[in-house]
Amino acid sequence: MKKTMYEKIWDSHFVVEAAGQAPLLYVDRHLMHEVTSPQAFEGLRNANRKVRNPHSILATMDHCVPTKNRNLPIADPIAKKQIETMADNCKENDLNLYDMKNPNNGVIHIVVPEHGFVPPGMIVVCGDSHTATHGAFGALAFGIGTSEVEHVMATQTLPQKKSKTMLIQIDGELSKYASAKDIALAITGKIGTAGGTGHVIEYAGEAISKLSMEGRMTLCNMAIEAGARAGLVAPDQKTYDYLKGREFVPSGENWDKALAYWKTLPSDHGAKYDTTIILKAADIEPQVTWGTSPEQVTGVNNIIPAPEDFDDKIKSQACKDALNYMGLKAHTKITDIAVDLIFIGSCTNGRIEDFRIAADITKGTKVADNVTAIAVPGSYHVKKQAEDEGLDKIFTEAGWEWREPGCSMCLAMNGDELTAGQRSASTSNRNFEGRQGKGGRTHLVSPAMAAAAASAGHFVDIRNL
Amino acid sequence: MQAYTKHQSIAALMRRSNVDTDQIIPKQFLKKVERSGFGQHLFHDWRFNEDGSDNKDFELNKAAFKGAKILVVGDNFGCGSSREHAPWAIEDYGFNTIISTSYADIFYNNCFKNSILPIVATKDQLDRLMDEIDANEGVSFTIDLENQQIITPAGNGFKFEVDAFRKDNLSKGLDDIGLTLEQSASIDKYEEKHKQNFPWLWT
Ligand code: SF4
Repeated sequence: MKKTMYEKIWDSHFVVEAAGQAPLLYVDRHLMHEVTSPQAFEGLRNANRKVRNPHSILATMDHCVPTKNRNLPIADPIAKKQIETMADNCKENDLNLYDMKNPNNGVIHIVVPEHGFVPPGMIVVCGDSHTATHGAFGALAFGIGTSEVEHVMATQTLPQKKSKTMLIQIDGELSKYASAKDIALAITGKIGTAGGTGHVIEYAGEAISKLSMEGRMTLCNMAIEAGARAGLVAPDQKTYDYLKGREFVPSGENWDKALAYWKTLPSDHGAKYDTTIILKAADIEPQVTWGTSPEQVTGVNNIIPAPEDFDDKIKSQACKDALNYMGLKAHTKITDIAVDLIFIGSCTNGRIEDFRIAADITKGTKVADNVTAIAVPGSYHVKKQAEDEGLDKIFTEAGWEWREPGCSMCLAMNGDELTAGQRSASTSNRNFEGRQGKGGRTHLVSPAMAAAAASAGHFVDIRNL
Repeated sequence: MQAYTKHQSIAALMRRSNVDTDQIIPKQFLKKVERSGFGQHLFHDWRFNEDGSDNKDFELNKAAFKGAKILVVGDNFGCGSSREHAPWAIEDYGFNTIISTSYADIFYNNCFKNSILPIVATKDQLDRLMDEIDANEGVSFTIDLENQQIITPAGNGFKFEVDAFRKDNLSKGLDDIGLTLEQSASIDKYEEKHKQNFPWLWT
């Protein structure tokens, strides 16, 4: 039988299906951060259970960590306790933790690939929905709840129902300055935030093969915004080249064995998917969200829709509510929207490539009056590399703040946040009400679009720069 | 885990779709290291005014919905993050049943780990339940998990689908981890094979 990549990974990780229960899948790698793990450790302790395979786990601290004055104690006592609890739990269970002071620290989904902790063909989980990121390597990577975190620690398995498969094929080449982020947003705009529910998406086509590993990570990262459990890209030479030599990647004889296995992973020619969507890369403009859901998105040259433009009653109401929350009028041109704050960072767009392209656009410009612009590298490694390339100077000379790594304004748990009514151009992944601070208004964009908005003070079509 | 039994309860209505986990439990409450006490923060930013008083315009603050165990809500409920704090808050507030047309996958799974039954209705079925609540705020529905049935006074009830294993575990209040550990021998056996097939993961 012809199999998709998802089916191959499923089959090779199937443990058992007990009568009346869901199939059990084996979990190879388990990622952790401070927010969704403490209650799982507590559960283990209460039930007197142990972590089955401590070396399958890699943990960071990212959500609550400050992005400036790292040498000072964390001001928020509850956040401080969460950070300390994480350190204690990892120590008690002998887990590999890159804490705040560790040179490998950063946002979990940025750090993990830097060390090659997730090889192709494996099952990877984390108490975090953006675990989907690691699908870029052809690994089945998905987010789980805290009870499941506990389940995986205790058993190294998860009861799972088989997902449906969706192929999203992007034909042809992207236009200049259109990026993986724009593909991700355009897909969410097209299929909606529930479009991928119950599915694992496989991304394929010329535009996807041409993406860098960083781009593929950005794309898979946002599979969850389209409602999918996971996103996958078939491993290829780019994947192997990226992995080779990294800390957790095999070498010598084991490299050859691993490589031979990885090459069997891509979906068989003619394998069947439950749903197939084909898009033309050339049609994907730089995207800007205008509402409070990632599906409320359009091309930079368009206008904001009006509630009457939607036939569906609920969508129409959602448009009305969103415009109200966002303080925007229907039919305003996207390029007429003025912004107050620019954020480049997060597990979606906090990688070196993101800062390179943003710096390229920032070079020789100045942040517009009344605009604050902050660049938050996804990890210390990204930070260092950017500094080695002199990118930090480009940003600071243009009036940007250059920060320490962390999730920062992606979800504003660490004190970096919008005030009510402030409007951001943000390279993160969610524009939900209050996500970046109560009353804050978020527009999701690519790093290039964010950088261009910083100097202009409003959105601009970067293709005209 | 608490066993889910047949019950009759007030059904509260929220006519909103794509309600995300950031709304269900805003991130400022995610810093706790305990599992309990999240109900007081459920829908915090919608539920309370700046000064901490109840927002009279928010659906769940209506007197008729006090004590509701059933939440009837629009499409794609629970989208966004994987935070289990969302079902913890819902359960702690007092809900044990949600009725919508669809849920985000992770949220849906999380519900079953917390004695919450997320029922999937068709659009038409949901519309009728919503209209019945609108016409008679404070109305009670009966949820019969065993027979997979909702019963309403105006006759808008219906049969619903739920996976057999999920239904069984929920109605008996079974601990998932305990169930899986019964399969330890199979896990050990698989792991031996895994070490041979993927030796590079074990070095
Ligand atoms: S950067 Fe944002 S989306 Fe990514 S892990 Fe951190 S909070 Fe979650």
